[in-house]
Formats: sequence, structure tokens, C-alpha cells
Amino acid sequence: MTQGIVGYGAYLPVHRLEFADLAATLGTGSPKGSRVVAGFDEDATTMGVAAARPIAEGPIGPLWFATTSPPYAEKTNAAAVHAAVGAGEDGFAVDLAGSSRSGTGALRAAAAGGGLAVFADVRVGMPGSADEREGADGGAAFRFGPVADALAVPVAAASLTAEFLDRWRAPGDLTSRQWEERFGLEMYTPLVAEAVARALGEAGITAADHVVVSSPHARTAATLASKYGAQDVLPLGHAGAADLGLRLADVLDRATPGQTILTISAVDGADATVWRTTDRVGSTRAGVRAQLEAGRAIPYATYLTWRGFLERELPRRPEPERPAGPPAARNAGWKFAFVGSRCDKCGFVHLPPARVCASCRTVGQMTKTSLADAVGTVATYTVDRLAFSPSPPMINAVVDFDGGGRSLLELADARADEVAIGRRVRLTFRRLYTADGVHNYFWKARLMEESDGQ
Amino acid sequence: MASRGIRDRVAVVAMGCTTFGEHWDRSVDDLLVDAVTECLSGDALTPEEIDAYWLGTMTSGLSGLTLSRPLAIDNKPVSRVENFCATGSEAFRNACYAVACGAYDTAMAVGVEKLKDSGYSGLVRPAMASDGTSAELTSTAPAAFSLLDPAYCAKYGVDPAAMREAMTHVAWKNHVNGARNPRAQFRKAVPKEKIAGSPLIAGRLGVFDCSGVSDGAAAAVIVRAEDAHRYTDRPMFVKGLSLIAGPGSGPVDPGYDYTTFPEVVASAADAYAQAGITDAASQLSLAEVHDCFTPTEIVLMEDLGFSPRGEAWKHVLDGAFDLDGRLPVNPDGGLKSFGHPVGASGLRMLFECWLQLRGEAGERQLDNPTLGLTHNLGGRPGACVSFVSIVGKELSAA
Repeated sequence: MTQGIVGYGAYLPVHRLEFADLAATLGTGSPKGSRVVAGFDEDATTMGVAAARPIAEGPIGPLWFATTSPPYAEKTNAAAVHAAVGAGEDGFAVDLAGSSRSGTGALRAAAAGGGLAVFADVRVGMPGSADEREGADGGAAFRFGPVADALAVPVAAASLTAEFLDRWRAPGDLTSRQWEERFGLEMYTPLVAEAVARALGEAGITAADHVVVSSPHARTAATLASKYGAQDVLPLGHAGAADLGLRLADVLDRATPGQTILTISAVDGADATVWRTTDRVGSTRAGVRAQLEAGRAIPYATYLTWRGFLERELPRRPEPERPAGPPAARNAGWKFAFVGSRCDKCGFVHLPPARVCASCRTVGQMTKTSLADAVGTVATYTVDRLAFSPSPPMINAVVDFDGGGRSLLELADARADEVAIGRRVRLTFRRLYTADGVHNYFWKARLMEESDGQ
Repeated sequence: MASRGIRDRVAVVAMGCTTFGEHWDRSVDDLLVDAVTECLSGDALTPEEIDAYWLGTMTSGLSGLTLSRPLAIDNKPVSRVENFCATGSEAFRNACYAVACGAYDTAMAVGVEKLKDSGYSGLVRPAMASDGTSAELTSTAPAAFSLLDPAYCAKYGVDPAAMREAMTHVAWKNHVNGARNPRAQFRKAVPKEKIAGSPLIAGRLGVFDCSGVSDGAAAAVIVRAEDAHRYTDRPMFVKGLSLIAGPGSGPVDPGYDYTTFPEVVASAADAYAQAGITDAASQLSLAEVHDCFTPTEIVLMEDLGFSPRGEAWKHVLDGAFDLDGRLPVNPDGGLKSFGHPVGASGLRMLFECWLQLRGEAGERQLDNPTLGLTHNLGGRPGACVSFVSIVGKELSAA
């Protein structure tokens, strides 16, 4: 391993499924607690973008995208992430799609040669199941670069691989299944012990300052956390391929220079890695805990609808058409990275990019500019109760961006009573709808809280 | 702008208009036959005398065959035109210009649309291959026009409750007028409480703030002004015609404030100049305007020069545009009462002027009207096409 972590990001959706609501609906489970839930317009790709975009400035190197819930099969999901973080066409991007272990895979790949490891997942369980309650949706991203610039460096790693039936899902199935718990615990425990011993030994330490345990096998995760002294465990359900990343990000949020972190992953084997923080740790934070605390509840029926368990009547409107390949490819900069154009003559900003200036009519003197990170203000708005939407009503706002540019955008994560003229917004990459198996990715606006600054 | 106009060069000498409504029993062909047959029902005109046709339809047919086939028109020119909700007006405009330039002695403009067969509420637009990023793909027309309401209130400091009352008054007035019109789809006056409390569609627009969809057709015959009295003793003279397609920059230009339709302002100025109108509010006898949604009509009162900026909501509430007000607006009941069969609406508005100027408007008849305006717009606030016509009872003094 020649590279270290030079930046990291994490993303947790705002929505929470309150178990009280679940218990009231299904009459099962304890009414205490909640889980993090992706919006209807979020998937592994959009959450990966949300986690990665803040750390993806400049050439990013190879992009490794790990997920157990790839929005597409037979199409590289990492390509959309690559486009949406503004990486253009330059560079390698690939999916590591499959088990939660692909999270470790992405970390290892990026640590070996530099680049961006992105993890994101939507974890779905059958209604009323333990998986439903104990899952979590979210994304994380780690950028690797020269050790001299790193905030944490991997100093030792060990892996064992074992083929046994723990957790599985047939292609096309929405939820996975798991063998009985005691079997998994007995299989994982010695594998992890061996991997941890080797990694600690190679690192020349007997115990780490921080321990991170990640496993889709809940009982194993809890047992290992206790056994290896994991303190202050992130109170988040299992986030699939994003789980290890989110937990590592949470520890990095709190770590001080010169500390060691042992990450343990128990999925189809055992992976142990020892990291050492540098004096750069703390220079940026992902704010995992703050995001976790900032959630708000959605009704269980809404959650079931979003995940496809509850089919509701559609509005009496034509369903939207799938995006077409050629225009989406021609306009990839706009669609995936919110790249407009600024007139070289008068400075007018065009969203989407235009060839003729709407202000001074100059032809063909434009410079491309991305407003994906811009802040804007709601000029006027509406709540569209007739529009086709996977989660009506659709809220639309005319957004005027600081420094120029206007766009009519859908509002994400908003309630109808929150929007008003003058509200400040940022952008977020989302999935507008899916038609004919094509995910229509584009940007939405998201209301800023006063705590967001500006 | 070198818009010279064709003031008093052509005249309408015959019109026809179907009832508008849910014509489950009639096809596009039937509606066209009905409108054209009524238009030619007088003794003066025969189909052989029509030299050329302009057919307006947005989604109910392609090519001139849409008209020539059901009517068995024998090898005559038929142009099919589309310009969003101004489609019927566009057919009329082109037919007028064809006669004015001398290419034909007699032209017919026909507009038709059949929207109820789709089974959808609202207009269904043909899908074009796209990158999927335009908000227009998913947001509806009521939503687009509802953007006017909060913007207008914010700009002019109008109490939202007062604006709500003005919107309600627009719908109430147009339904009162439509109740007196045997060709309207909706022929009942609607209490204001029912309008204000109707289920929300978009923003603060309820069901009664939106025009419905319907089926219908209308037709007009245009001849040279000097020939008009050969066909009727009460022709309707064309004073001005203006069609403007805007740059569509409102949705991308922070300088646009969603309280006006600049395209309407431009087309009104153009039409007024052609017609020699200097003060529309006092010179016009009636106006048929595009009341697709109630805030649209309020904003149009300002864009067409009937009220100063920021004042229209008050004038609406004062009854200035009621049937007995200082300038009756949508005396026939408007889109609110007729529904909006896109290709037919512009000609339906001209049909009301035709009836009013001829003294044939029955219960709604105004006292000796002399000049009428029709207005259509298609598209959305900030990106639309607008049409304004001025028609009159008399030739102007030379």
C-alpha cells in the first residue's frame, strides 16, 4: 500500500423510518428507534455522488464504486458517479457490485494505486423483518493520494476468505436471506480472530485506539465489537457495501493525530486493516453523527411505497418518457454535472448551456461552467399535485443562483409548507423517475437550513 | 418592427362553431364537418368558392388531409399549422394574410381539437426524444401558471387572500358568462365559495382555477374587405393580427419576474399599432382572452393594457371586466366555460366577436360593440407564443 486517505465524505439521507409507526402498522417489533431511509429519488448512484462530490475536485484517478444495490446491471454505475462528480471523461471507473465485502474491495483498490473509493447502498428487507429494521441507507467516499498528503494511512492488512452460506440474494430479488445466526457467528469468529492477529502483528501493535466493525451478520458485528473493544459504535444499522466506509468516516471524524484504527469486516471471510492517522486528520470532517441526528420521520406507508412494497394508483397523466440515449450523451455535462455556459461577452449564465446568448445574442462565445456547487434563492415556486411523480406532490421552484443563472428545478426532501420565495437552496443529484428501466438522473434543489451557512 | 398589418384589407363573412364539450359520440372528422358545414350554411357561400384552407390542430391530426379527407375537399391547398394554444389563431392569421396578399379570393380557417378521447386530464403533448432534464417534461401546465401567483403577490405586496379572491372572481365571472352561452361546455354559474374551496391542483390553483379539456371545432371564411358585402350585410373586419414567439428565456433569466408575459405585451403593442388603437382599455368593446388559469387572466389585464401594473387584481374585484363592467372580458365564458380544445380555441374567441359585433350574442349581447380583441397564448410563463387580433364592425374612416 503506497497511498493514504487524503479526503473522505459521507452521506446519510434525511428520512427516518420510525419503528413506532412500523409497529403500529404491522403489529410487530419494538416501537423504539428508527432507521435511515433513502428517498424515493435516491439510490446507490445518487448517494455515492453525494458522498464523493465534496472531495472530487481536480483529477480523481480511478474510481471504484462498491454497492450491493446497483441501480443498473450490465451498465457501469460508476460511470454516472464519475460524470456527476465532474470528472468528465478522463479516467477509469468500475463497479464492485455484489456483497458488502465490495466495500473493502474498493478501499483496497484505491489504497493500492490511488483514486476514489465510493460506496453506497439501499438496504431493503421484507416488511416486518429484522433486515428492514436493522438496515441503513447511505454512502461514503475516500480519496487516496500520496502519503505525504494523507490524513490516515493503511499500515497493515490481512484477509481470509471462506465459502459458506451466510447471506445471499438471487439476481432480481429485492431482499436477501440469511442462514440461522449461530452458524454465522461460529464461522466468522475464528476467521476474524486470525485476520486481526495478522494485521495487528504486521502493524506491530497489540491493540488499536479505535476499532471499527462491519458485518451484515448483526450478531457477529455486535459480538466482535464487544470482543475487540469498539467504543462509541455508530448507532446506524448495516449499510451494506457502504457500512465499513461510513463507520471509518465516523471514526475519522473524531480521531486525533497519531492514533491507530483497526477496521474489521466480516463478510464471506474476514478483512482486518490497521490505519494510522497523521497530523492532517481533522482538517476535514464528514459529519456522520450530525447527519444521523438531522433526520426526520416519514410515514411507514410512504416508505413501503418508495421501496415498491405498496403499489398506489398513478395520477391520470401520461407517464414520463425514458430519457433518450443520444441527447443524454450529448448533454452529459449538463445532465450529470450541471454544466451550463457563461457568455464571454456579457457574463449571462445559461442553464442548460446555449450557443446564442439569451441576453446579448452573441453567438458561440461561451465558456462551460458547472453550477453543481452553487447556492441559489427561490424566485417563485409551486406544488404540483397533478404531476406524475413517484412520491407526489411534486414541488418545483424557480431558482436564481448567486452569480447568475436560473433554473426551474424540483425540490428534494421538502414538504409543501416549507418552500417560500427567498428560501436558499443548494443542489443535489437525484433520480427524477425511472421509465422503461432507464433511471432519469438529474439535479434537484434542496432547501438549506440556517445552519448550512450563507 | 416592420409590422405593417392588413388593417381593413380582409373581412370575415361566415363562421361556424360546434358546441364544446365531451363529445364521446363525435370524432375529429365529425367536429370538422360540423364546424365547416355551419360556417357554409348560409346561402352566400359554397365549398367550391373556398380557394384555400388553413387547418389548426396541435395533436388531433397531421397534414392537410386531416381536413380534406372528411370534407372531401377536391384538390385544394390545405395547410396544417400548429402553434401551441394559439394554433387556431395561427390558422386564422395565415388565411387572412393569404387573402390580403391577393393569392386567393376566399380562404377558410378551421381549428379542431379532440382531447377527451385520451382519457387524461390536461393536455397531452407528443413526446420528443430528450435528455430528461427539462422540468417541463414532468411539471404540469397548472403548475407552470401557478408560479404567477406567489410572484405577483410578492412583487406588488398583494395580500395572498386578496389575490385568492381576485382569482376566484375571474372563475366566477367566466362561469356566469358561460351559463348564458348554449355552446359552452359548462353552463352553470358556480358559487364563489365552491371555487375558492375546490381541491388543489397546483400551488393555490384549485380545480376551478383551471380550464378544462374538451372537444370542439370552429371555422371562419375570409374574403377581401371590398368583397365582404357580397356575402353578408354584417361582415367583421380584421384590424390587426400579431403573433409573437418569445426567446423562451424566462425560465433561464433571473431578470424575468413571473408577473407578466412579455410576449403578450409585444403582440398587443404590435396589434394595437396595426389597428390604430391608442388606448385599448377605452377603445375596445370586448376582449376574449386566454384564461387558461385564473392568475393568467389577471396578469393579462395588465399585459394587454387594461389595467396598470399591480392594479389588475383590484379591477377584477371591482367588476371592471364583468359583462356589465367597463370592458367585458370573456363574455362568452372563456376557456373556463368552454374547456380548451387547443386548435379550436382561438377561432372560438373570434366567433364570440363575430356574434357580438353582429348583435347575435343573445342573452350576453353587449350594447352596440364596435371593436373586439382576441388573445391566445401557448407555452408557459417566460417561454410562450402570444397572439392578439383586433376585429371591428366598421371600416375605419380613411
